[in-house]
Amino acid sequence: MSNLLDLLVAGLATGAIYALVAVGFMLLWQTSQTINFAQGEFVMLPAFLMLAVMHAGAPFWLAIILGILLSLLLLGLGFKLLLVDPMLRHGVLPLAIATMALAIGMKEAVKQFFSAEASPFPSIVPAGDVSILGRVVSLQSLGVLALAIAVVIGLTALLNRTSVGHQMQATAQNPTVARIIGVPVERMILLTFLINAFLVALASLLITPIYLAKFSSGEILGQAAFIAAIVGGFNQVRGAIAGGLLIGVVDNLSAAYVSTQYRAAVPLILLIVIILFRPQGLLGRPEERTV
Amino acid sequence: MRSGFFAGFLLATVSAAAAFAQGAPIKLANVAELSGGGATVGNNWKNGIDLAIEEINAKGGLLGRKLEVTHADSQSNPGVARAQVQKALDSEPYVLLGPGYSGSVKVTAPLAAEAGIAQIMGGEAAELTQGGNKFLFRTSFGQQSSMPKVAKYINDELKAKSVAIVWVNNDFGKGGRDVITKEFAKYNIKVAADISTEAGQADFAADVSKIKAAAPDAVFVYVNEEESARMLKELKRQAITVPLMGETTLVGQKVVELAGDAANGARGHVGLTTDAPVDLIKAFREKFVKKYNYVPDHNGLKGYLAIYMIKATTEKMGKVDAKAFADNLHGLTIKAASEPGILMDVTFDEKGDIDRQGFLVEIVDGKQVVKQVLPKLN
Amino acid sequence: MTATGKYLRIALGVVVIAALIIVPMNFNRYGLFILSQWAVMTIAAMGLNLTLGYAGQVSLAQGAFVGIGAYAAAIMTTQGLPLVAALGVAIVLCFAIGWILGYPALRVQHHYLAFVTLAFSTLAFLVFRNEDWLTKGIYGISNIPRPNVLGFATNRPLPFYYFCLGSLALVSLAMWWLIRSPWGRAFVALRENPVRALSLGIDTRRYTLMAFAIGSALGGVAGTLYAPLTQYIDPVPFNLSLSLDLLMMVIVGGSGFFFGPFLGAMIAVLLPEWLRFTQGYYLMLYAVAVMLLLIYSPTGILGSLDRYLAERRTKAASALRAVAKSRLETAP
Repeated sequence: MSNLLDLLVAGLATGAIYALVAVGFMLLWQTSQTINFAQGEFVMLPAFLMLAVMHAGAPFWLAIILGILLSLLLLGLGFKLLLVDPMLRHGVLPLAIATMALAIGMKEAVKQFFSAEASPFPSIVPAGDVSILGRVVSLQSLGVLALAIAVVIGLTALLNRTSVGHQMQATAQNPTVARIIGVPVERMILLTFLINAFLVALASLLITPIYLAKFSSGEILGQAAFIAAIVGGFNQVRGAIAGGLLIGVVDNLSAAYVSTQYRAAVPLILLIVIILFRPQGLLGRPEERTV
Repeated sequence: MRSGFFAGFLLATVSAAAAFAQGAPIKLANVAELSGGGATVGNNWKNGIDLAIEEINAKGGLLGRKLEVTHADSQSNPGVARAQVQKALDSEPYVLLGPGYSGSVKVTAPLAAEAGIAQIMGGEAAELTQGGNKFLFRTSFGQQSSMPKVAKYINDELKAKSVAIVWVNNDFGKGGRDVITKEFAKYNIKVAADISTEAGQADFAADVSKIKAAAPDAVFVYVNEEESARMLKELKRQAITVPLMGETTLVGQKVVELAGDAANGARGHVGLTTDAPVDLIKAFREKFVKKYNYVPDHNGLKGYLAIYMIKATTEKMGKVDAKAFADNLHGLTIKAASEPGILMDVTFDEKGDIDRQGFLVEIVDGKQVVKQVLPKLN
Repeated sequence: MTATGKYLRIALGVVVIAALIIVPMNFNRYGLFILSQWAVMTIAAMGLNLTLGYAGQVSLAQGAFVGIGAYAAAIMTTQGLPLVAALGVAIVLCFAIGWILGYPALRVQHHYLAFVTLAFSTLAFLVFRNEDWLTKGIYGISNIPRPNVLGFATNRPLPFYYFCLGSLALVSLAMWWLIRSPWGRAFVALRENPVRALSLGIDTRRYTLMAFAIGSALGGVAGTLYAPLTQYIDPVPFNLSLSLDLLMMVIVGGSGFFFGPFLGAMIAVLLPEWLRFTQGYYLMLYAVAVMLLLIYSPTGILGSLDRYLAERRTKAASALRAVAKSRLETAP
């Protein structure tokens, strides 16, 4: 029993990481039908931007600020203007394929211009463990979990309580109608991309001390986030969070009780089962738009 | 005026003749995992090669000729490795270097053997040198020679009767796991838990809880450096206190850097490490860090050694002869006293396996401490 | 299409085929290997083109089907069975798995096939890696023999290239026939207007499923050629990234165009090789090239070409009309 609790806590901590990455993924899909196969690399890159700033002699806090700004510029604005905008009107697939190429390009660029080695990354959460109800939990895991919860609360509040949020929701549900009733659809879509860029930068900051800064660290994350988004339902912030947490927990439980060799299989089988019996995802609504 | 012209003419002729005597550069071809899952391995290997070549060329080259290497990327994919080795062999290099992944070595070794070109590679799987290939050479211990030493230590020194094995599920990890399982059987050591992990895995909670449930006398950890560090942290968090035993990848400086306190007490057999208490290796490490700005893992050493193996063999032959190269490297002993680049005395046997000094080390207060030196066999 | 246009096309086809046969004769082993690889990948991409381009379904498991075919070939031929037997097994197996995967996914909703195949792709990789007794796991299967075709040994690179090219030709002919058959017309009707196809009495789900299963079987065919090509296989090449690569080939070449996969596979296989002279930058440049290509022509190379030709035809037609009109007007 104590073992099970341990596994649950650890699974939630990993799941929170997936969840953070999945939220942005889901937002992009919702507002602009962008399936971003480079989402994992989007999490990998900000850490390197921050490291680069630090190598130039800046202190950590400045590197964080500059890193986040650079992410907004490159992964938010740049991504939207240079890749998404020219391709969006040609359907989902060409853009999805282009993001795959982008993922390759980003990995290779980091490897070539930085290093193929994993670099350690300073943690904003102090390293160490705390004891909660007799369980030893690392502070870093708690930090990630806390941030994931904060993001859900923040995003839900933004979407449901503010007029900008309502406009974003309208954009996501039906851009044509939204435009007619006077929502600045283009600006709303850009805002989503900026939010995603901000989220991946935050995720990068929290995850990299655990995963290390490495050019390839986005591969696993990206795939896990994709699956988490589908499992949770592609159209709800809390769905993506639930999907991420669930994948993390299931992964740990299956490694402990099924087979370590097939640990990656159990979440996938779960995915297939969910698609068969609840195609809109665990917390999702049925898709209103035909794709 | 006229004599001046003449002298100039003479000088030009002499220098042209000198250039001619130097000869065309000696061509080497490297095919390695420069991208994909093995990129860390391949880039270390490549950097080691480049460093050694730069050194040799700065000192006038090999037998007066410069060394030149081409690097090709196998994308960590055996199919691509095969194509690139084919391409490399079509250009008739003196020696073929790489690849590092055992699977890629397996698919390319017959090609090099068919072309009669020696292949110096980084793979560690036991079976590579057991198929009677006369052109294939290792740069490090194969698992068939390192694992028995680990098993012996676990039996003799740790007196463990049951051991949990944690391995990374790729050809490196699986190979080591298979060999050591056989060795354990010889000592009647029980495998209490047999845990496969994924490359790049971040969360080891479930794996460690399995170890905890199995309550072994010792844990054998055979995963890459980054995962080793995460594993050690998790072992500490779940308060597992039995001895931890591993290989080069468990007790390297990089693991200590990443795992901090949690690395203390980890022990391992080390064949080739930049932390070895050998002056020449320390010097190598400094040179490498100066050039590339990071501390290499054992793959950096392997690439470096591969080039000095070529140098020593060629100097022994006294000529650049691709056909005779493999024959001359078989049975060759290279002494660090006469060829400092080889770092430690080494002997190559008829199969292309190496014999060299090894170490048993333990991490004490964040430092690697050599507990035992395992001498070279002959 | 005018008669001269038709003859031009035929002439172009003959020249390309002759070039594919004659030019590689004095290629070195590396060049032949890459060309053989192109032929094999083209077959796999043609299968995916049927699924994606004609039936409009995204499959992220084409690489896994190539893997199934490759393992069938590797396991059976190293046991001494002929490659033809492995080919049969691969086709039946991939077709059946495709049907089983597609049936429930298509029952639910349109684009969920992509998700199910994504999951299947990783599951297949895990089975390849973990079931040692069958696949030799991560160690892989080596010494895969190359077949004798009609009494000719294909051990040497050139005969094996011709074997791959011949297979590609056969598959292309079969595909050509399929697309012209009533089935193929149904596939196209599906793509053009699924609602209308349904109202015309075409069982859309059945045909979509059929297209996916046949496309998957072609992945298996490509796999049975891949194994003797590399003569060693391990699970790593058949992971999700191969499926994504194949998807890219279809999109970049022009999805739904018969010759799209040929061009797409050429770009995916040959372009990185051409860029290798840039050393460490080649994959980066390749990624940038693919992105630019997609930005410039999101419907693929043939899609853009088609649009260009259509525009030219319209322009020519309107010019003719203008001329005719002016004549009419100036006529007394």
